[in-house]
Amino acid sequence: MQPFTTLTSTPAPLKVINVDTDMIIPKQYLKTIKRTGLGTALFSEMRYKEDGSENPDFVLNQPAYRKSEILVAGDNFGCGSSREHAPWALLDFGIRCVISTSFADIFYNNCFKNGILPIKVSQEDLDKLFDDADRGSNATLTIDLESQTIKGPDGGTVTFEIDPFRKHCLLNGLDDIGLTMEKAPKIEAYEEKLKGRAWA
Amino acid sequence: MTATKAPTTLYDKVFEDHVVDRQDDGTCLLYIDRHLVHEVTSPQAFEGLRMTGRKVHAPEKTLAVVDHNIPTTDRKAGIAEEESRIQVEALAKNAKEFGVLYFDELDVRQGIVHIVGPEQGFTLPGTTIVCGDSHTSTHGAFGALAHGIGTSEVEHVLATQTLIQKKAKNMLVQVDGTLAKGVTAKDITLAIIGEIGTAGGTGSVIEYAGDAIRALTMEGRMTVCNMAIEGGARAGMVAPDEKAFAYLKGRPRAPQGAAWDEAVRYWETLRTDEGAHFDRIVKLDANNLPPIVSWGTSPEDVISVAGAVPDPEQIADEVKRASKKRALEYMGLTAGTKMTDIPLDVIWIGSCTNGRIEDLRAVAKIVEGKKIHASLDYAMVVPGSGLVKQQAEAEGIDKILIAAGFEWREPGCSMCLGMNPDQLKPGQRAASTSNRNFEGRQGYRGRTHLVSPAMAAAAALVGHFVDVRTLG
Repeated sequence: MQPFTTLTSTPAPLKVINVDTDMIIPKQYLKTIKRTGLGTALFSEMRYKEDGSENPDFVLNQPAYRKSEILVAGDNFGCGSSREHAPWALLDFGIRCVISTSFADIFYNNCFKNGILPIKVSQEDLDKLFDDADRGSNATLTIDLESQTIKGPDGGTVTFEIDPFRKHCLLNGLDDIGLTMEKAPKIEAYEEKLKGRAWA
Repeated sequence: MTATKAPTTLYDKVFEDHVVDRQDDGTCLLYIDRHLVHEVTSPQAFEGLRMTGRKVHAPEKTLAVVDHNIPTTDRKAGIAEEESRIQVEALAKNAKEFGVLYFDELDVRQGIVHIVGPEQGFTLPGTTIVCGDSHTSTHGAFGALAHGIGTSEVEHVLATQTLIQKKAKNMLVQVDGTLAKGVTAKDITLAIIGEIGTAGGTGSVIEYAGDAIRALTMEGRMTVCNMAIEGGARAGMVAPDEKAFAYLKGRPRAPQGAAWDEAVRYWETLRTDEGAHFDRIVKLDANNLPPIVSWGTSPEDVISVAGAVPDPEQIADEVKRASKKRALEYMGLTAGTKMTDIPLDVIWIGSCTNGRIEDLRAVAKIVEGKKIHASLDYAMVVPGSGLVKQQAEAEGIDKILIAAGFEWREPGCSMCLGMNPDQLKPGQRAASTSNRNFEGRQGYRGRTHLVSPAMAAAAALVGHFVDVRTLG
């Protein structure tokens, strides 16, 4: 997994609440057996018209945001289906950080497994970040995971909370499975205990 | 002096019982007793195992079944759509290669994973259950700690039989009173989501309690827990009781003989202690609960069937107002329209929320001897599993439904998410017993209204929403 340390980019504002993972990547793209190549399908039903051409009103089709690596979105981002295709699609498009007031649990987890940083901020800070994002290419945000800060275009700084273990894994690009396998003796000991349970 | 143990919740007990390792910051390694696998969220996980030379740690604790992609028409000819076929074949190949039990599309035990698990007795009280599918919360109806995970976590569980987890908060949803006839578990669960919102349970595990929950059948409890995720909760749980034990007894994977007795003695201890702490308590009165219908594109957008489409202009927050206006525009509805005045095109009955035998019986009871309304494009029933279908056919339910004008299909997820050919066309409006009314969920530009099976059946007869309690 690619480590996440700092990131500077023009943030794209997606002013919609309850953005669900069906919206992030509709079902027809879930038939893949690969993790890559989903960037063109990101937000496809909002991003493209029925004839397949781009919808110029959609934020990621506007010139200032076509290369945004930061998405600023309304409450409860990533709700619904557990599909990891959602963070895969974000990542493949180039988005490495999503900022919202809240995230659905499974999506939030899935981000960390893919080197994407989901940042929770207060409603007040989100409104401020939406204002920054509305300025298009005239404004960039700088995210620093180590110091847990978002630096705005006018020098203002927003700090954010993050679980220390998740932060550690993200900063170092650590693979969870490898870490867990180091605990194999503890797993075996637990399984020994299970043998005393006839039904388990 | 012996220290008195602090009272704990059902969730606390099941969680603590599965902790393999706890780091200083509270991050835990949780043992997973049961892992359900389907074709959509597993291919990349198996590929990951192959690339790293890892094995499935406990194949006997893993059960694979195909459900999302498969057609609901006759399957003997194979799957016409190439990408779906490749994904289904990949699961068959992976299950074989890694030694995992697999129910293919021609197996009578095949069905939606969340219907198959309980049916097989694979789902048991006090166990931890995961699946790369958000509706894994369903299994909490048996007092299991069950939740959805992403594909990276599927790979993690396959490789290690554990999951990295932090303890969630405890939330209690207390539903007391008696449901009116025609009002069901689906109405309870939709009303709760309407009350707490789709992020209301975020970071929490919900325990559903109260005499209205106790009075529900296991099927009903599964419907309630199934939609815990739509309220944002990591999982939903109900303390296991005689009903849960009776449901499981004799099922293929349930313990037998002395092991069964030992298991029941343990399962009976799985309940929240008097005085245990809940971070949040929400109460719902079942006595006055009406049938519920969704009007928007989020499961929190719900209202009584007697109500009208709400006016988003009343919402103060700009982003929220814009989102709900967008929902009305997508749904093709105007504020103030009575729910009973909304004409329907499609009736769809099925899903892991409402595709069990009790749901099909409820529909058959309402439509027996009647015909679906001529204005409908079609009405379709998709049983949740091959065994549900078999049971329904043994009871003659299929004949009742077909005589009323319903299509009777093969089991699977079908139009709940439309990964197979069962999809709404742009602009088509459905009364659906599924769990999500998201934009495009049941088909590109399709419009979904979430309802109970009884309400879907009633709507099928008149071509629009109607309070099932007023049908003669």
